[in-house]
Amino acid sequence: MLYGLKIALRYLTASKAQTALLVLGVAVGVFIFIFMSALIGGLAEFILSRTVGDISHVTIKAEDADPPILISPDGHVLAVVEQGRARTATLADAATWVPLIETVPGVTAVSPQITGAGFLTRGAQVAQVGVTGLEPGRESAILDLDGYMVEGTARLGSGLIVLGQTLADDLSLRLGQTLRLQSSGGVSTVLTLSGIYRTGNGMMDRSSIFVSLPTARTLFALPQGVTRIEIKLADLNAADATALRIRALTGLDAVPWTDGAEQLMEALNAQAQTGYFLKSFALITIVIGVASALLLSTYRRRPEIGIMRAMGAGRSFVVFVFVTQGALVGLLGGLSGAALGYLALLPFPTRDAFRPGTLPMDITQGSYGLAITLTVLGAILASILPARAAARVDPVTAIGQ
Amino acid sequence: MTALVEVEGLVKTFGTGEAATRVLRGLSLTLQAGELTALLGPSGSGKSTLLTILGTLMKPSSGSHRMLGVDLVAADDRALTAFRNLHIGFVFQFHNLLPDFTALENVIFPTAVREGRETAAARARGRKLLTRMGLGERIDFPSAKLSGGQKQRVAVARALMNRPELVLADEPTGNLDRVSAMQVMDLIAEINRDEGTTFLISTHDEKIASLCRRQIVVGDGAVAG
Repeated sequence: MLYGLKIALRYLTASKAQTALLVLGVAVGVFIFIFMSALIGGLAEFILSRTVGDISHVTIKAEDADPPILISPDGHVLAVVEQGRARTATLADAATWVPLIETVPGVTAVSPQITGAGFLTRGAQVAQVGVTGLEPGRESAILDLDGYMVEGTARLGSGLIVLGQTLADDLSLRLGQTLRLQSSGGVSTVLTLSGIYRTGNGMMDRSSIFVSLPTARTLFALPQGVTRIEIKLADLNAADATALRIRALTGLDAVPWTDGAEQLMEALNAQAQTGYFLKSFALITIVIGVASALLLSTYRRRPEIGIMRAMGAGRSFVVFVFVTQGALVGLLGGLSGAALGYLALLPFPTRDAFRPGTLPMDITQGSYGLAITLTVLGAILASILPARAAARVDPVTAIGQ
Repeated sequence: MTALVEVEGLVKTFGTGEAATRVLRGLSLTLQAGELTALLGPSGSGKSTLLTILGTLMKPSSGSHRMLGVDLVAADDRALTAFRNLHIGFVFQFHNLLPDFTALENVIFPTAVREGRETAAARARGRKLLTRMGLGERIDFPSAKLSGGQKQRVAVARALMNRPELVLADEPTGNLDRVSAMQVMDLIAEINRDEGTTFLISTHDEKIASLCRRQIVVGDGAVAG
């Protein structure tokens, strides 16, 4: 078969301009494939990072206590849910679970939290807020609080509070000022403003405040345990599997972020499907281009094929020569297109540095290996028809041309 | 001498129905090993069709065709291809070299295609053949740049590469000037004499035919004399 490879190479190098054009055509197809992969992948990454990047990927909530059951005289069971009561459900053994969950593969951060509602008062001004108690040292485990700080520090200590810029503006607050925070259970405490953040999320910047876990314990009268555990993963697409694993490991009700995010997933799937279509069209273009060029080459070389057959070349040898040409064109075009694609993507910002107004291209999602592999396979497939046509050439007719 | 080729009652019809044309009409022929034979006959007499069938490039409509004792009518395409490669050489009127290859690459093609690579032994034999053909200075020349006579001598060398028992030459000098034609014929006669290779040469040229020890005349699809 080495000899067949030599013949194929000779045919390709004998018509340098034609081969160069053919390789260029394939390279452009591969370039489009890679560009689309990087764009669609980058866009999905961008959307995900902007929507779920700062939220918990797997959440364990304390289960609400079963409602009191009243037995009526005639034997019917009546269940009553009491509204408006302060949350009492807790994850009492959180201190045991947290280190265990941290050992689960793919888990990058675990944040035990106490959450609840409260009222923030400064002078005559009152604002309803959501209170999150975070463990000191884990302030940025889930939400990148450090990264969003515009003033002060995210570090939470006893008697300190961190809140959003909109809320700070509404209450005309400055760092170092004192505030009164009253929990929904009626417990109040005085806190010092130690940091102001801005996430860009209006609701959050207006109504979410952070205190230390010990402060939250006092506010919500929870001497032990937490109300939720938030977990961050290295790969947010692994949330479903990791949640299952944590459930099996702890018996706790671990919920992945994908629960209740069907619309987002549908949108991302639709976007991915669009990408598949576009990439398929690029591949089809490559296949048609290679097939037509090789068919033309087959026709042009009919007399030579006839001579080869007369000299004792079998049909399989002829097929090998033309399929090898297709594979070589695919490989050269694939490598050139991949190199072009990589070079074209280099000037775009990395995935961590996407800025508004720029295309969120992700150079790491160019699918280079896949593009080259599919192109070579496509080119081989495309060359089978011309190769078979070449093998069927009647030597007598071909030599007589 | 032993019979190298035996054909009996060879019939070849092209087309079907009213458009059917019978080119060979029960032709019978025997070629002995080591013969140098001219095949004569007017255009359309069936000479080329006979050569094509003898070269296993085409099967007869009926009749028998045996070479070296092998029934070539019953053989399939794969067997015929292998047989052709080993035992039959071709020289065509228009040389029919591979234009993107050198003289040497053209000559060693029949061996390389069988062995799957160009061996040193094949290259050595190819060089020897080309030198014998008077092309020692043109061994690595692109075949497209050779003159008509040189190309035809390369074609003769290629036909001899696998040491075939039979070389079929279809008007090998038909496209050459008289000097080149005589050069090619001298080479063929020399190889026939020295190596005992059997040649069957189709020609219109009485002078070329007179250089062969045997003449077969084909007329109206059968041997006429």
